Amino acid sequence: MKIIILGAGQVGTALAEHLSKENNDVTVVDIVPERLRALQEHFDLRTVCGPASYPSTLMSAGAEDADMLIAVTNSDECNMVACQAAYTLFKTPTKIARVRSSHYMVYEELFGNEAFAVDVLISPDHLVMQHIKRLIENPDALQVVNFAKGKVQLVAVRAFYGGLLVGHTLDEMKEVLPGVETKVVAIFRRNKSLVPMPKTIIEPDDEIFFLATPADILAVMGKYRHLDKPYKNVILAGGGNIGFRLAQALENQYHVKIIENSRARTEFLSEELENTTILLGDAADKTLLLDENIQSTDVFCSVTQFDEANIMSAILAKRLGAHRVMALINRPAYVDLVDGSEIDIAISPQQASLGALLTHVRRGDVVSVHSLRRGAAEAIEAVAHGDQTSSQVIGKKIPDIPLPKGTTIGAIVRGSKVILAHENCTIEPEDHVILFVLDKQKIREVERLFQVGATYI
Amino acid sequence: MHLTTIFRILGLFLLLGSLMLIPPMFVEQWYLDGSLKVFVISFLFMSFCGLITWFPFRQHKQELCTRDGFVIVVLFWVVLCFMGAVPFWLAPSPNMSFADAIFEAVSGFTTTGSSVIPHVDDLPHSILYYRQQLQFVGGISIIILGVAILPMLGIGGMQLFRTEMTGPIKDDKLTPRITQTAKAIWVIYVGITILCALSYWAGGMSLFDAIGYSYATVATGGMATHDLSMGYFDSPMLQIISIIFMFLSAISFNLHFIALRSKKIGFYAADPEFRAFIKLLLIYILIVWGMLVLTGEHSKNENLFIESLFTLVSICTTTGFVSTNFSAWPYFLPLMMLFTAIIGGCSGSTTGGLKVIRVLLLQKQSVREVNRLIHPYAQYAITLGDIKVSNKVLDAVWGFLALYFVSFTVLLLLLLISNVDLLTAYSALLTCISNTGPGLGSISNHFGDLSDFNKWVLSFAMLLGRLEFFTILVVFVPAFWRN
Repeated sequence: MKIIILGAGQVGTALAEHLSKENNDVTVVDIVPERLRALQEHFDLRTVCGPASYPSTLMSAGAEDADMLIAVTNSDECNMVACQAAYTLFKTPTKIARVRSSHYMVYEELFGNEAFAVDVLISPDHLVMQHIKRLIENPDALQVVNFAKGKVQLVAVRAFYGGLLVGHTLDEMKEVLPGVETKVVAIFRRNKSLVPMPKTIIEPDDEIFFLATPADILAVMGKYRHLDKPYKNVILAGGGNIGFRLAQALENQYHVKIIENSRARTEFLSEELENTTILLGDAADKTLLLDENIQSTDVFCSVTQFDEANIMSAILAKRLGAHRVMALINRPAYVDLVDGSEIDIAISPQQASLGALLTHVRRGDVVSVHSLRRGAAEAIEAVAHGDQTSSQVIGKKIPDIPLPKGTTIGAIVRGSKVILAHENCTIEPEDHVILFVLDKQKIREVERLFQVGATYI
Repeated sequence: MHLTTIFRILGLFLLLGSLMLIPPMFVEQWYLDGSLKVFVISFLFMSFCGLITWFPFRQHKQELCTRDGFVIVVLFWVVLCFMGAVPFWLAPSPNMSFADAIFEAVSGFTTTGSSVIPHVDDLPHSILYYRQQLQFVGGISIIILGVAILPMLGIGGMQLFRTEMTGPIKDDKLTPRITQTAKAIWVIYVGITILCALSYWAGGMSLFDAIGYSYATVATGGMATHDLSMGYFDSPMLQIISIIFMFLSAISFNLHFIALRSKKIGFYAADPEFRAFIKLLLIYILIVWGMLVLTGEHSKNENLFIESLFTLVSICTTTGFVSTNFSAWPYFLPLMMLFTAIIGGCSGSTTGGLKVIRVLLLQKQSVREVNRLIHPYAQYAITLGDIKVSNKVLDAVWGFLALYFVSFTVLLLLLLISNVDLLTAYSALLTCISNTGPGLGSISNHFGDLSDFNKWVLSFAMLLGRLEFFTILVVFVPAFWRN
């Protein structure tokens, strides 16, 4: 696929890396030549230097025969204009724009072929906010992602001593929790992936990915580790865009405090937020944290725009006794760095945006894609179209489907019914199939499985 | 440095390179000249070397870094030249010493075209074919072919590609993926070669000669299957065909690609390097023809205009075909023509020399210096087309020029150690370092009479010129090997 990426910032770079490694023809456009040089050094892609929204720049980036334009420059306006230019001048089929400001997002009629020709809008702040919110709602999960509009969730959890199933095989789950449907799709043990078998024994410290309906998640998770009480006290460090939206979403269920160091911003926050305590000060100020009772805080989440400040204040909060700390980290190298340190969860905005963007790059009818374990694996929700003759999956039982190695079918969503995959499942037309792909080289093959044969119109 | 990965890729390239020994076997089977054994042995030897370099490390798949790229390219060229010399060395005719065989192979691979063989007409056909094919293999090298067809190189392909392609500006890729760029360049290269062979064939050459000469033309090598080179055919028609294809091969292959893709001829006219190249050619022709008229040479031979044009294009594109004994022309002309080879053709082509674009940048900078003397406060940007050239590129051009002069001086002194006369040594070095071919003085026919030491020095000079100095010399810097 020929893809043009506008903007070589953090998301643009992560996306370019991802897509070029999957054998797409990627061209990256940016106005700063140094950023492009670094990209070209390390990845197999082409770069064009120039203002991203100018038609001449788009032209030299090959917009005439591009299949997709992804505008992720740091200016919302530039992204919108670039999509419009690509639509009007080059008839680019798919145009994706990142728009940060909520002032544009609230007017949906602004986007569409009559107005700004943007096919897909991505708002990273919103995605990150959703991500953190799900983590706070599921206290012990490392990652929670939704499928089929939230009918099924994929949860990552770290097994611990004290969990009933730890030291036992996977198929004992049925005896321990009769009546609850769940399916383990992958296990990571010491950073290596295992394909789960019924006889696989769960060890402490395994990272387990399982599918279940939202109602059952807590019950299942409780069998893998000793469960925390539902959270009550939340401290957010940083009252920027993400902090503000998060507080808005959480303030009615939790006791939320925001620490923000700009006086002007605290004034704005205190006007907008009803039930949130706004604190003026530095998130890395020990006395402030102690005064605010950090040792009885359930979640400390640092979401300022500076990685270093987020990491440092999160470590400090943990040392001072916060129960669970999360830090927003942009730089991929730092995410690896804090893995397994005092910070419980590193939240990477790129990963959140990446999954949303990848959904549109995947061929076949793919509804959503989630990047897991920082891009090492992927969870895909694909729709099976066609009939028995034109589709490679319809009418087949799950063991008969020629899945590439390292790929498992986790669940099928038929209408409003969720069926967790077992051997006798047959796939019917229009089923949403949830797959878990461990080896990203195989993603192409999975896409091909869900593409309808040429005879089907 | 990832030594295991370097060996793995080197082995693969050697395996790929050993395939070049197969076509001569077919030629031998056609003409039955008795050299089959030579090629079979060479082939087995080279593929065996490739196999033992690749096999133990086939599982080592690390990403190549910039330094690895240099090591692979330099190692591969050196090894390839040694392997390529094996058939010459083994063959009963021509009976060559080791140094001679190396010189001949290096001259072929670097598309220089100088030869140590006094009489090529008597050689077996398979050896002759092999000698022509060396130039084809070296023109757009096997490394670019490897990048095109070995997809597992990944980003390492980019490192190799940059080390291998000529010219100062190496960051603009034609297509998003490096394998496609490399493929496009090879397709154009092979396409021009086929066209050239067909034209020669139609113009009256035998099929064997047409293929052999087309290899030498498009790779701008200049080795011939006859002692008299192009003069053997004595056909102005063939000379005109040759002029056209030498000219096409001296233009950047990137430019050919862009023009072909968009099907617009206007891209040529808009390219600053191409325009400068045309201007240079016109100036050369004026000087050469003016000089021939002034000295009264032109009245002696009615085909002289075509012949002088042919010789000029042949030398300034660093091909090195000759149709007449040009060293007998007025003394000014042969030397002036050799000087045009210092500049050579455009970057990204098969020619040697400094490349027009570097000279163009140097000229623009000189003008800027003069202008600065007149307007001390003025700001001048150096541009190519409408695009400003970064200082990094300009610095690299100056560095290149400095290295050229230093290497030239040192190598010239080395040549003079063994008591050759200055004209011979000077023209030999000039012709080798710019990958041109013909020399003056006692080497105006062949290089066979030089001492072995001088042949080694010249072989090194040819490699230096082909890999554009930096690639080879960087490997000799101690800092390169420190971790």
